[in-house]
Amino acid sequence: MLNQSAADALLSSQTAHRFRYSLRSSAVLFVAAILFTLSLIAPLIVLMQSAFLNEQHQFVGLDNFTAYFSNPALISSIFNSMWIAITAMLITVSLASVYAFALINCNIRGKAFFKTVAFLPILAPSLLPSLALVYLFGQQGVFKDMLGEVEIYGPLGILISYCFWLFPAMVMLMMGAFRHIDQHLIEASHALGKNTLQTHWAVTFPAIRYGLVSACLVAFTYVITDFGIPKVIGGSFNMMALDVYKQIIGQQNMNMGAVISILLLCPAVLAFIFDRYQSRHQERYQNFQIQPYRLRANPRIEKVLTVFCGVISGGILLIIVTAILASFIRYWPYDLSMTLNHYRFEYVDGGGWASYFNSIKLALFSTVFGTMIIFIIALFSTRFKAHPLLKNYVKVLVLLPLAVPGLVLGIAYILFFNAPQNPVSFVYGTMTLLVISTIIHYYTVPHLTLTHAIQQIPNQLDHAAQSLGYSHWTMFRKVYLPLTFPALCDVLVYLFVNAMTTVSAAIFLYSPDTNLASVAVLNMDDAGDTVAAVAMSILILLTSCAVKLLHWLFTRKMMASTQRWREQTHS
Amino acid sequence: MQIPSHLQNSRTGQAMPNSAGHLLSTLRTFKMAESKTVLEVMDIQKSFGSSRVLEHINLDLKAGEFVSFLGPSGCGKTTLLRIIAGLEQPDYGKVIKQQIDITHFNTAKRKCGIVFQNYALFPNLTVAENIAFGLHKKHWSAQEIQFRINELLNLIELPNIAEKYPNQLSGGQQQRVALARAIAPNPDVLLLDEPLSALDALVRLNLRQKIRTIQCQLNLPAIMVTHDQEEALSISDRVAVMNKGVIEQLDTPHNIYYKPQTRFVAQFIGSMNFIQTVVVDTHRLKMNEHSLIEFPHLNFAQDEHYEIAFRPENVKLVAGNESSTEYLNLAVRIVNTEFLGAKRRLFCVVQNQNHADDNMLQVDVDHQHIAVVQDGMYLQVPIRDLHVFDSRGHARC
Repeated sequence: MLNQSAADALLSSQTAHRFRYSLRSSAVLFVAAILFTLSLIAPLIVLMQSAFLNEQHQFVGLDNFTAYFSNPALISSIFNSMWIAITAMLITVSLASVYAFALINCNIRGKAFFKTVAFLPILAPSLLPSLALVYLFGQQGVFKDMLGEVEIYGPLGILISYCFWLFPAMVMLMMGAFRHIDQHLIEASHALGKNTLQTHWAVTFPAIRYGLVSACLVAFTYVITDFGIPKVIGGSFNMMALDVYKQIIGQQNMNMGAVISILLLCPAVLAFIFDRYQSRHQERYQNFQIQPYRLRANPRIEKVLTVFCGVISGGILLIIVTAILASFIRYWPYDLSMTLNHYRFEYVDGGGWASYFNSIKLALFSTVFGTMIIFIIALFSTRFKAHPLLKNYVKVLVLLPLAVPGLVLGIAYILFFNAPQNPVSFVYGTMTLLVISTIIHYYTVPHLTLTHAIQQIPNQLDHAAQSLGYSHWTMFRKVYLPLTFPALCDVLVYLFVNAMTTVSAAIFLYSPDTNLASVAVLNMDDAGDTVAAVAMSILILLTSCAVKLLHWLFTRKMMASTQRWREQTHS
Repeated sequence: MQIPSHLQNSRTGQAMPNSAGHLLSTLRTFKMAESKTVLEVMDIQKSFGSSRVLEHINLDLKAGEFVSFLGPSGCGKTTLLRIIAGLEQPDYGKVIKQQIDITHFNTAKRKCGIVFQNYALFPNLTVAENIAFGLHKKHWSAQEIQFRINELLNLIELPNIAEKYPNQLSGGQQQRVALARAIAPNPDVLLLDEPLSALDALVRLNLRQKIRTIQCQLNLPAIMVTHDQEEALSISDRVAVMNKGVIEQLDTPHNIYYKPQTRFVAQFIGSMNFIQTVVVDTHRLKMNEHSLIEFPHLNFAQDEHYEIAFRPENVKLVAGNESSTEYLNLAVRIVNTEFLGAKRRLFCVVQNQNHADDNMLQVDVDHQHIAVVQDGMYLQVPIRDLHVFDSRGHARC
């Protein structure tokens, strides 16, 4: 009886577990949620709103949309955008698939070289291929005769530029996909009496299907929301994204720009939702015991694939080398002597060297602050207990930037931050806003990279550290930081390179004081100074290359010095 | 019936001692000896780059027989299985199945069912679709396929999982489905590549019996690769013990254990104590001043080194030194003991031995046979239970 009452008393006194969620992590995530809402959700809402307003900010219902759809010139650009996007997607994805297959599943020589070359375009501003194409096939192009009657200005140039620009992303996605093919499944299928074609249909295709669809969606969205390339090499060929650019920059017609932005947002969001939906089905393939598939030694196929990779990487190198040469040649194609004059930028628009240093500043700020913020949010949203509602809200928000094209984000920012009634409108046109927009625009990929790296660290380490009396902070410094360091380096480089090369959002947000190199490329070309634009592109390319090289050297050295403990975690 | 010596052992030119009849028990036949040969592997050789993985492998598989390839990792057992399956091409030699040379057939034409270590179920297909994968529309009607699926699901005792996906099943279930998929198209031979290695200990015990039962029911000749000797010895008709690309011995589990033909087999299977000896004359060996051992049936060469060996369970532990020609007596010092339930395991060192060679002997004795354990005791090993190996590692008896 005594025991019973004592036990009851004990039980009723245990109320200490009421706060199941740590206050600190909830607070951090709450701040993150507010920041996201202000810098992503609110601008998008304003964007949606303004599509239904006229220039006097009066509600006009669907009038803007009807105006858009009754304009034949604008309608034709929808059609143009569609077929260019689909064609570029089909070409790039199929080329990239074969290329990735050769790199992953086949024993060809020179893999390191082919891989490096395939990733080069990522380091260049998106306009570089178009500019190089002008030098190769334009009015004064070296190979102009090869095209005959066809003009490079127009769909052809646009398609080639997109293929060049999209190629690295597609190769990366497809390489991931081809790594998922299990040698044992291929063997099992053969053993069950299927021939090569049936085997690949039954095993290879399902394994890469997810990657293939993702690649297609990414390619399609990229093309449909980009305006830089058609602007440089499109001639009179109109595309949807280019219309937005013209409406906003040329005619200051914000409402029409908002309408087209929303139309552009639709395919991007649909693609995003579809991708999420099918990634759930991908879980079935989560088998950690995969032995990657290797094609059996077959000299003929290897030769064919080597030639294929050679041709592709030759094309990529041709474009890059042309751009480099063009930037040093005095007066293409009449005076081929070398000069550094084009790098002086004194007599051209666009901001010259100042814009280059602005870009560096933007890249550094975005990299440092972006990595810090992303790491903190990734850590708190994966590891610490917070209120589930808050956690899920942040989880949705961090994925959202992937679905918002830079162009749409830029316009939403103009509308939101340029509004006179906004208390923080003073940031408009400053470096701060550019940094914010860059971080938000490129948020998702680094977040996923870091989340993945953090999830690789076993939870038990936390418990062990706690039982040994270490604080979260020591744990963070001694365990999380070293273990996620390679991922952090990847994120740093990703943010830096993207901040250097980005045009899409930045072009709507810069002011004369904060001109950027990548924007300068577009403006220089617009003003007719193609050679200065090329020189600036090359500067950007070289800077990205240098950073990437630094990263590579650093990672290699670090991996070598920490190899002893890393080997065990990665084996 | 004795198996022809060229099939028992891939070592060329090794003379089989015919006089080894004094061992306690030698099974001279095995169940399938009279059956007809289904699969024959002749003189297979294979190297990867400069390393030779398989050397002169000869092997036969009788109808309904279960053969295991047993050996440490890197001994070439998986490569041999993959050559039989057609997943790897041999550098030299032939694979013959039912009198047809299939060496250059591709895997699809060989009619071999394969079960992989990591199950290798198609993740995008349901269990039923996985099982039906090898049932080609050309030879099977939809009705027959459905019937076959149900039949196999009942055979593996998982009748209700047809619509599930592989990732919804446990490892043991997945492996059973993989087995069903492999036998669905009625293969001529079943090949199991470490089928149980990825599973828990308990599931493993269970599943190996199930595999054996199903294999017997279907009378399906099977080859299993494993590095677990208990697994191999318990369910196989014959075991091929492999080491460094060579089949050291291909024999029934009984003979593998009681009559190892090489030193490697002796120490790889179970535990075995080895003691260095010196030749005294053609019929006698000694290991130290006190113990002379006489083998009237064997002839020793003067300049050769021989090792004698015995199993831990063949030993008696006695307090006094009773010399006899039937037994080898060894004065030992007991270093450590382990309790193993019905038995007690003793670790001891032979006394009067020079310290350079202080190998620990392992002895298992029944509890009722030792009244007292003290530091100095004697081991009594029956001479007829001794194995003798020459310096090349071949068994002399």
